[in-house]
Amino acid sequence: MIPVGIISASYIGASVLFILSLSGLNNQESARRGNVFGMCGMAIAVIVTIFGNQDQNYLIIIGMMTAGGTIGAVVSRRVEVTAMPQLVALLHCLVGLAAVAIGLATYLDSTIQHHGAEQTIHNIEIYLGVLIGAVTFTGSIGAFAKLQALISSSPLLIPGRHALNIVLALICIALAFQFVISGEAPTGLTPLLVMTCLAMIFGLHMVLAIGGADMPVVISMLNSYSGWAATATGFMLSNDLLIVIGALVGSSGAILSYVMCQAMNRSFIAVILGGFGTSSNTTSTSTEHGEVTALTAEETGILLQNAKTVIVVPGYGMAVAHAQHSVSSVIKVLRNNGVNAQFAIHPVAGRMPGHMNVLLAEAKVPYDIVLEMDEINKYFPATDVVLVIGANDIVNPSAQEEPNSPIAGMPVLEVWKAGTVVVLKRSMATGYAGVDNPLFYKDNTRMLFGDAKTSIDDVLKNM
Amino acid sequence: MRICVPKETTKNEKRVAATPDTATSLQKLGFEVWIETGAGRAAGFLDEAYTKVGVNVILNSNQIWEEADVLLKVRAPLLQESLDETALLHSGQTLIGFLWPAQNPELLERLAQAGVNAISIDAVPRISRAQKLDGLSSMANIAGYRAVIEAAHNFERFFTGQITAAGKVPPVKILVIGAGVAGLAAIGTAGSMGAVVRAFDIRPEVKDQINSLGAEFLMLDFEETGEGIGGYAQTMSHEFVKAEMELFRQQACEVDIIITTALIPGKPAPKLITAEMVRSMKPGSVIVDLAAEQGGNCELTVPDQNITDTNVRIVGYTDLPSRMASQSSQLYANNLRHLLVDLCPNKDGTITIDMEDDVMRAITVVHNSEVSWPPPKAKTLPTATDKPKILNKASTVAKAEPSGRKRAISTVLGVIIGLTAIIALGAVAPASFMTHFIVFVLAVFIGWQVIWNVTPALHTPLMSVTNAISGIIVIGALLQTTSSSNIVLSLAAFSIFIASINISGGFLVTHRMLRMFRKEKQ
Repeated sequence: MIPVGIISASYIGASVLFILSLSGLNNQESARRGNVFGMCGMAIAVIVTIFGNQDQNYLIIIGMMTAGGTIGAVVSRRVEVTAMPQLVALLHCLVGLAAVAIGLATYLDSTIQHHGAEQTIHNIEIYLGVLIGAVTFTGSIGAFAKLQALISSSPLLIPGRHALNIVLALICIALAFQFVISGEAPTGLTPLLVMTCLAMIFGLHMVLAIGGADMPVVISMLNSYSGWAATATGFMLSNDLLIVIGALVGSSGAILSYVMCQAMNRSFIAVILGGFGTSSNTTSTSTEHGEVTALTAEETGILLQNAKTVIVVPGYGMAVAHAQHSVSSVIKVLRNNGVNAQFAIHPVAGRMPGHMNVLLAEAKVPYDIVLEMDEINKYFPATDVVLVIGANDIVNPSAQEEPNSPIAGMPVLEVWKAGTVVVLKRSMATGYAGVDNPLFYKDNTRMLFGDAKTSIDDVLKNM
Repeated sequence: MRICVPKETTKNEKRVAATPDTATSLQKLGFEVWIETGAGRAAGFLDEAYTKVGVNVILNSNQIWEEADVLLKVRAPLLQESLDETALLHSGQTLIGFLWPAQNPELLERLAQAGVNAISIDAVPRISRAQKLDGLSSMANIAGYRAVIEAAHNFERFFTGQITAAGKVPPVKILVIGAGVAGLAAIGTAGSMGAVVRAFDIRPEVKDQINSLGAEFLMLDFEETGEGIGGYAQTMSHEFVKAEMELFRQQACEVDIIITTALIPGKPAPKLITAEMVRSMKPGSVIVDLAAEQGGNCELTVPDQNITDTNVRIVGYTDLPSRMASQSSQLYANNLRHLLVDLCPNKDGTITIDMEDDVMRAITVVHNSEVSWPPPKAKTLPTATDKPKILNKASTVAKAEPSGRKRAISTVLGVIIGLTAIIALGAVAPASFMTHFIVFVLAVFIGWQVIWNVTPALHTPLMSVTNAISGIIVIGALLQTTSSSNIVLSLAAFSIFIASINISGGFLVTHRMLRMFRKEKQ
């Protein structure tokens, strides 16, 4: 039994360690230390909680923590870096599920007694915690299924989907009233469980209506939800540590969603309502296509070797083809030959914020040659060769040139300003937004068709 | 064809129009290259260096002028009574150099009479395709750098601020007027030497360029844009000039060094720094006037002189690029090499002037015995068609202000609504809830501040680490294991299990990812 004062002090210490852990991510050097802070914070919080109360069932605690911890450790070691978005989605899903379970358990736990306004507030807290947890849970499952390609990544658009969402929301509100006035457990259990099911349908439906390339927004949004779920749990258990951590995670996810939306020049609401790129493709005004000029891997190799400056723009296609190691080798050869070769990362490249950075880091690309869009855009005019690997919309000039384009105003990497642009692509299909890409028809653009990994390996052979 | 490079005869001119490097490239294009003896000496390129790469070094100046097919020059040929270089020119030759067609109509007439084609490198239009030919930009870059060096030389204090054992030295304050190529070069150089740099330009759209070099852009509270055709500045209205002069008057009292680079094509330089302003400057201050050749931006500037007026040094050198002859010759010779590559598309050692090509049309000032300057204002200048775009930009800027106000109003409204909601909540909610609520709001703010500083490259580790710490939800379940109810107990056990997956999975995968980020080995 640990005195309450010590427990509170330890929670404060843990909160500080968690904040340090997040602020450590300012740069790559301090990030690892930050992660260790996070682990220490978690250890302190868990140990103090376990030994802080009497009558705890140590058998359950130790058994469950060992089992869960082992599974987590194995998964984290086995997972491929290209599958990182799926793992993140899965972890969100677990937080959501835990929030639902804890919410239900709290409601059913008869040892906690409240009266009057406290009872009302407590019920609202439980209701919100379960609601957010359920949405996070199924939403993350939907995101996972899409990322793992278990289901099609194109948006699922059932007729009257907005009406369906509104009806679900209204029912949830009505159930909330019923639940809150029901007072003590277990009289309100039915509305609570019904709402849980509806929220799960809502979460799944919401994510299914959002297309694959909007995944960075979805993932960050779910990240945010999992945080709010923890906060709601904190409120219902009157635990400040949970409230603090939930708020940190919640605002972190919210900021990431905001950043991702900025990078696509779209409002958060528009992304959540979903269905982008499928509604009307007729908006594209430029119908005159030029000729595309194809190139062989051999010619690409020669082009790269004669260049002084090279910028590589990776996209989701590179992750799909697992081409990051081959790309890294090409860049290594070029840099050893004195070519100034760098990477340009668009904020929404890939399926998760920072996805490309992690892939390149895995392929041993030093992070100081991986630049962000704002840093590198001004260098394109002075660049000899740009290699676009599996990216489409993020290098589409119509975002700047065609005011009627669906992606007009989206910040893009201005690759077409470089001397020559080599685009690696499987076919001439349009990108996720369903917008034709005038980049492919530009005079200084060459197309290298084929699987990104095979193509890059061929290029490497010719260097 | 034979390319000949005569020695520059203008006084103080040390540059040369071809270096051994560019001569090599020119020979690869199929040309024969001759150079007058000693032509490159002042710029550090000796005759032997040219001989080594196969250039014919000619002792006789007349022979160079007479037997050339293409003449590469820096300055226009001298047209004086004592020395008339054009006398030796004859039909079929092509002369390339800084000819300043607007200032030298007489020269153009003479060349036309002699049947010499003339290409003036200062007439290159400012479009991206022609940038490699733009000798003016190359020279302006050097002049801007050198202007700072001259200022430093004449200024008797440090540039950078220092705190030494002997006392504190404040950093120097520099005002750069005109943010063209020279101005930007000066801003960059002064900034890197540790000076505090402010800059002014009548074209508001250069603000970003100035800020990107770390200088402060001085705004004028006045609506008028000075963007003229081709990205150059134009003359401004009377009211604008008044406001501008007021700004300079204030700045003159504050800054230690003023570098002026304001030029309007084909017109005398605007007088921006009056004698009165000079006298209001601190003793020991320096003015470097890059517009001295066009009469100077400062009233007291004497071209080619370094004078002192009431304790203020005024440097009016007109030959700043020539003072760095080696660097400027290299860049200028490269501009000419690019030009000859364009003139000789077949690499067969002959040049053809394609008058259909916009750039060639613009820079060819004498063609087939006729003066072809100024070029027709046709499609040649894409910036002319850009103009409506610029106006649009101005109008969006004007619109931006009310929308900014709207945003301010909505922010204030949001804060008011939020505060009211919180107070309303406080009125009904029990005190215990409100203490938790305070913690919640503060934590959201801390999160907001901390997360904005996370580098975008680490967004994925951020998500996985937040995943791990969301696993803190486990303590909720830990507290519930005290319950006697079996349902509660099993729900708690389940929660502990999945939250533990989160904790260990999240932290370990973050650790694994972060270990992959590495810097390039030095």
